Amino acid sequence: MTNTPNHSPCVEQNHPQFKELDQYIEGLQIDPDDPRRKDTLIMTLHRAQEIFGYLPEVVQLHIAKKYSIPHADVSGVISFYNFFTTTPKGKIQVNVCLGTACYVNGANKVLQEFEQVLGIRSGQVTADGKFSIESLRCVGACGLAPVVTINHKVYGKVKPGDVREILEKFFIEEDKDVKEAAHA
Amino acid sequence: MPEIRTGEQLASVYEQYKQLLSTRLGTVVDDDTRMILVCGGTGCHASESEMIVENFQALIHKNGLDGKVVCSISGCFGFCEKGPIVKVFPDNVFYVQVKPEDASEIFDQHILNGHKVKRLLYEDPILKEKMETAEDISFYKLQQRIALRNCGLINPEKIEEYIASGGYQSLAKVLTQMTPQQVIAEMIASGLRGRGGAGFSTGRKWEFASKYASEEKFVICNADEGDPGAFMDRSIMEGDSHSVIEGMMIAGYAIGAQQGYVYIRAEYPLAVKRLEIAIQQARANGLLGRDILGTGFNFDIAIRLGAGAFVCGEETALIHSLQGLRGEPATKPPFPAENGLWAKPTIVNNVETLANIPVIFQRGAQWFNSIGTKTSKGTKVFALAGKVNNVGLVEVPMGTTLREIIYDIGGGIKDGAEFKSAQTGGPSGGCIPKQYLDTPIDYESLQSIGSMMGSGGMIIMSEHDCMVNIARFYMEFIVEESCGRCVPCRIGNKRMLEILTGITEGRGTEADLDELRSLSETIIDTSLCGLGQTAPNPVLSTLKYFLDEYEAHVKEKRCPAGVCQKLMHYKILPEKCIGCTSCARGCPVSCISGTVKQVHTIDQSKCIKCGACMTRCKFGAVVRE
Repeated sequence: MTNTPNHSPCVEQNHPQFKELDQYIEGLQIDPDDPRRKDTLIMTLHRAQEIFGYLPEVVQLHIAKKYSIPHADVSGVISFYNFFTTTPKGKIQVNVCLGTACYVNGANKVLQEFEQVLGIRSGQVTADGKFSIESLRCVGACGLAPVVTINHKVYGKVKPGDVREILEKFFIEEDKDVKEAAHA
Repeated sequence: MPEIRTGEQLASVYEQYKQLLSTRLGTVVDDDTRMILVCGGTGCHASESEMIVENFQALIHKNGLDGKVVCSISGCFGFCEKGPIVKVFPDNVFYVQVKPEDASEIFDQHILNGHKVKRLLYEDPILKEKMETAEDISFYKLQQRIALRNCGLINPEKIEEYIASGGYQSLAKVLTQMTPQQVIAEMIASGLRGRGGAGFSTGRKWEFASKYASEEKFVICNADEGDPGAFMDRSIMEGDSHSVIEGMMIAGYAIGAQQGYVYIRAEYPLAVKRLEIAIQQARANGLLGRDILGTGFNFDIAIRLGAGAFVCGEETALIHSLQGLRGEPATKPPFPAENGLWAKPTIVNNVETLANIPVIFQRGAQWFNSIGTKTSKGTKVFALAGKVNNVGLVEVPMGTTLREIIYDIGGGIKDGAEFKSAQTGGPSGGCIPKQYLDTPIDYESLQSIGSMMGSGGMIIMSEHDCMVNIARFYMEFIVEESCGRCVPCRIGNKRMLEILTGITEGRGTEADLDELRSLSETIIDTSLCGLGQTAPNPVLSTLKYFLDEYEAHVKEKRCPAGVCQKLMHYKILPEKCIGCTSCARGCPVSCISGTVKQVHTIDQSKCIKCGACMTRCKFGAVVRE
């Protein structure tokens, strides 16, 4: 199994991932006396989530310190926006669009099928940390409804019957990863 | 491209590059150059349109036709149902549902030998004839593309193509020939109203902001297109970012602002990328920054990402989010025009609104004002989706009827089903029934029938959609997206959702319907912001027009459209069941009994109505009623 950002330990402040985040923050040239310095906070949180896969407390505290703002300001913003998560997601992230166009074309049945095949509910991660399912609201590709994205790849006009076939590829890749790891 | 420092330089760059579009516009006839445009919008991009471009480029190079034949991406053509779309110029041939491997056939047949590839042409579903050009296709016939004028014409990642289409000329005109007051007067005269929701006069908004004296003012582009099912703003940003930038600059000059922000959804990575490219190019060419076109006007634009909050489409919530806070709305007044970003005068305009502005100054307020209805001028882009044959982006003059949009442009309802309702305005709008199909659409007419323009999402529903379930769907959305700041929205909508869920699960009573009406009234009257004030609209409009469906649910515990799972029963027809056991093996709760070659039966008390048995049965023995 390859080590992905989502599952790497990030409790140590000197971890390379923190260096990457710090590089980004330094580029912003935050002035601790500027009352407007928080205007880049959401951008920074996006970057941090890209790097770490999620936003654990240690990352939040780190960002709060860099901005010279209370931790509450950071966690308040994180809890408000759907995009941010404080728990790790799966290595393979299945997102089922539940926007109106997808919904009227049966997206909820597609979601149910993913839940059944993977044995988890929307918002959960499989016990091995491989798969997670989320629902999202409209990626704007309504011509392809119902739409599912898996790690940013878009699958259009998905029917419940297609779900196993779509996941098959990821099951196989997973086996390959395991074998490679054993071999090494 | 040289740096553009004066209006004259802009004019000479235009002269230099205008032939770039001549093949596409058909202004050069005897030329043997060919142009292949491939849609690079989100939908087609997802269907590997980038690979189509790569394949074409490899073929061009292999055949030594570099420079003679050019292939590039373009913005969205709007006909998303039939994507990926490829257009070949100058013959203007329109290919649909093109796969990467089709590139060689188009290249060999069409580009090299001049034969059109019939297989990939659009077939008119009624005439059963192949249509060669976009103009022949009914989807485009009634459209008038103003906001989408460059989408599908230019390469959005090349500023010279935008300039070749006449881009930044309006900015030059405004900066060199007009005072800010004249700009505002022109905007008011055009009659343009905000395309993002409430439909307030854009010119008036600018006028308010211009009156407040302040050293600092801001222009914000609201690109937080949160209405699920609407994707016109995304397409404009992906296909013609420069028109949004130019619109923002004209707005900045009019109100006296030097800084603009684009607040855009994080769910639109491609639009963000194209916008970033456009801003960088405008900056590199001297069109953004200091002393623009030598007039002393300074303006720059920064991008800020949203993070998935529907309420941030509301302007005060958006401003809070831009300041790095939780996106909660504030009471108005004071309006942002007086007290906005960092407490400075600010205008917030929607993407489509801004994209209209350069054209207004190019062709004049009079021209714009002549299009549309008495109160609503110009065109509106609708994102036509749901159970309609031609899903896509449709731009029509205000006053076009729903029937024209759904049947003439949209090609009617999918699978020959019966039309039931058109939902406009997203979670803030309503469901329009059949009897209003001939209503000319504008801001006022939609409001008078219990819906609203909103951002222009239009979801078509058929006889197979349950309107109670749709109302519940929107309420679920609102409950998830309510920011929680005010009580009526936070708690009232939650109660509405509980009642609606009860009705769809067979626990509804007639008293529930009155309760829904009274709760709606309270929520509309007492919520803090537009989200809460409009949240009950889908419920009220369905209660008004589809009361019979609600009554069937509460009185007879029946879902007429056959959608609400809890109100359905699965049954095995003894005469069709051969006892193959497939259904029993597939039942997740093991509620189907029977042995091999014996008729099976479903234990209704245990059945969770998932429908797995029906999907598995190859003999049509499982039915739903």
